[in-house]
Amino acid sequence: MARPRFIVFQLFFRSSRVQKKRAFLTIAAIAWGTLALLLLLAFGEGLGLSLGKAWAGMGTDIAVIWPGETTVPWKGLPAGRAIRPRIDDIRTIRERVPGLVGVSGEIIRWGTNFTHGDKTVNAPVKGVGTIWGQLRNQIPSPGGRFLNPLDDAQRRRVVFLGTDLATDLFGEEDPIGGSVLIDKVPYTVVGVLIEKMMFGNYSGMDANHAIIPIRTLYAQYGSDRLSVLVLKPENRKGMQQALAGVAQVLSAKYGFDPEDERVLGTWDTVESGKIRDNFMLGIKLFLSIIGVLTLTVGGIGVANIMYAVVKERTREIGVKMALGARSHWVTGPIVLEGLTYTLLGGVAGLLVATILVYLLSLIPTGDNMALKALGKPTLSPAIAATAAGVLGIIGLLAGYFPARRAASVDPAETLRYE
Amino acid sequence: MNRPETTPANDAIIAMEQIRKVYDTGKIQVEALRGIDLDISKGEFVAIVGPSGSGKSTLMNLIGCLDTPTSGVYRLSGHLVAGMRKDELATIRNRRVGFIFQNFNLLPQISAYENVEMPLLFGGVPRRERRRRIEALMERVGLADRMDHKPTELSGGQMQRVAVARALAMDPDILLADEPTGNLDSSSGGDIMELFQDLWEQGGTMLVITHDAALARRAARQVEIQDGLITRDTGGPDGESPTSR
Repeated sequence: MARPRFIVFQLFFRSSRVQKKRAFLTIAAIAWGTLALLLLLAFGEGLGLSLGKAWAGMGTDIAVIWPGETTVPWKGLPAGRAIRPRIDDIRTIRERVPGLVGVSGEIIRWGTNFTHGDKTVNAPVKGVGTIWGQLRNQIPSPGGRFLNPLDDAQRRRVVFLGTDLATDLFGEEDPIGGSVLIDKVPYTVVGVLIEKMMFGNYSGMDANHAIIPIRTLYAQYGSDRLSVLVLKPENRKGMQQALAGVAQVLSAKYGFDPEDERVLGTWDTVESGKIRDNFMLGIKLFLSIIGVLTLTVGGIGVANIMYAVVKERTREIGVKMALGARSHWVTGPIVLEGLTYTLLGGVAGLLVATILVYLLSLIPTGDNMALKALGKPTLSPAIAATAAGVLGIIGLLAGYFPARRAASVDPAETLRYE
Repeated sequence: MNRPETTPANDAIIAMEQIRKVYDTGKIQVEALRGIDLDISKGEFVAIVGPSGSGKSTLMNLIGCLDTPTSGVYRLSGHLVAGMRKDELATIRNRRVGFIFQNFNLLPQISAYENVEMPLLFGGVPRRERRRRIEALMERVGLADRMDHKPTELSGGQMQRVAVARALAMDPDILLADEPTGNLDSSSGGDIMELFQDLWEQGGTMLVITHDAALARRAARQVEIQDGLITRDTGGPDGESPTSR
């Protein structure tokens, strides 16, 4: 005789109807749990994305080096000497240190006067190499550009303005092509930085500075000592080697122990990024745990209803066993039923979560930093997969234990006449 | 008792040797069956009688493979039941035994048709064959026009006839009926007894547990149980009279 096919499904569709109200409440509990899980994960994701963007505002996988003082004697030279690399050292580093996307010097002059028309503003001006724009994510807003190699080679008096500085000077006026006096020397504005989120900084926010070619700055102010070096290796793993290479090159020229950590103060964003990633992972994990716990409460509800179902159907189960039902033909429909409630609740929760996330995305953040930092809650496929996985496991468990009780029903016991 | 003589010894459906069943409730042990020897051959109509608590239901559960004996040897249609796994017992119940209960035990939320279909579903019978068999069975129990009714829409007698149809669905070796007329009025009970008589005359093997003297008298062979032992067997080796054939 043929083996019964799809019998679990056939039996599932023939089992007694559960009380509608009870089923509804259970599904609602699962929907609520799913909603909580999804929203928490979506907020975590949104927060992660916006933080990631904000941290990337300063530059991705770059290192910033501040020249400092020696703390140990080296080859007959005393401790306590200030080491100040010059503009030309950048070319040496570029030639001698392999595996770099780019390296740029940066000379910062604080308290510089910027004048446009009758407005004068005090802000830092930074002379940089052309590659600096790429390393530090200086994206020009439409209509403008960043500095180019010709600007530097010809010592052009061109300036790239931070967003806020541009607004302070030009107001509603279009700054691009406009003229600015920097410490009474006229410059042409070639670009304005786009508005961006930026968490890390080492010399003020980019929105509030002005960038000019490093040789132009040298021509105007006469100083070629670098305040800061910025570099980016071709890949993250090359960072330590690149930093060591820079230390070697500068140590050979200026005479200091390359192991002396105080000479070249370093901010390695690859390293700090790792800490940040772990921190974000921690937050997401925490949010997931809360979500999963909420969902588990819903799962307990399903298990509860299935226990009640098994109890109510004890006689039915006994009859089926007497008629020749195998254990898994009895347990299968019960597991399937528990899973059905869970998945129905999950779908309902997903729908509501999708709608809520959409509505939240419509709220304008404006200039509110807190709202900006919180980011937009985002439902990613990974989140949906996580929720589906958690729901599946909870649904199976919620059906499994009651089903096990059903399988332990003794038909001889239940069929006894009352 | 107008059936031809056909009872060769190797036609045994039930063969029980020294069957004991002890219920261990932890504190006390109850010996429900204390050594039953019972052979039932194909085509027999046996009534098991005895006061309540005598072990009748326990015996019925063992015969129906709903339970297994504590000791002794039980063969159902030649199959040794001891040591079978749960699913094997389920298959045996499905193929070899048809149960009829005092309280019908129909599933209330599905139609008469679907109730009869249940054992066929477990037996893996294809859909068309199921339909053919169910229609024939419902015709046979006189309920061809009630197939789509739910049990709650049927009278007690009709419910029991659906239960009989269900018990016959897999064409079992033996029909086990536990007080089949106990919940019926005398008229419906009479109908059921008629039905049993017909089934037997058509070659079925019947085992009925009953208090109903009228039903017991219809059986060719009567087995009486008291305190877990057979005290009288009109067809057994020590019977007062052999089963008339």
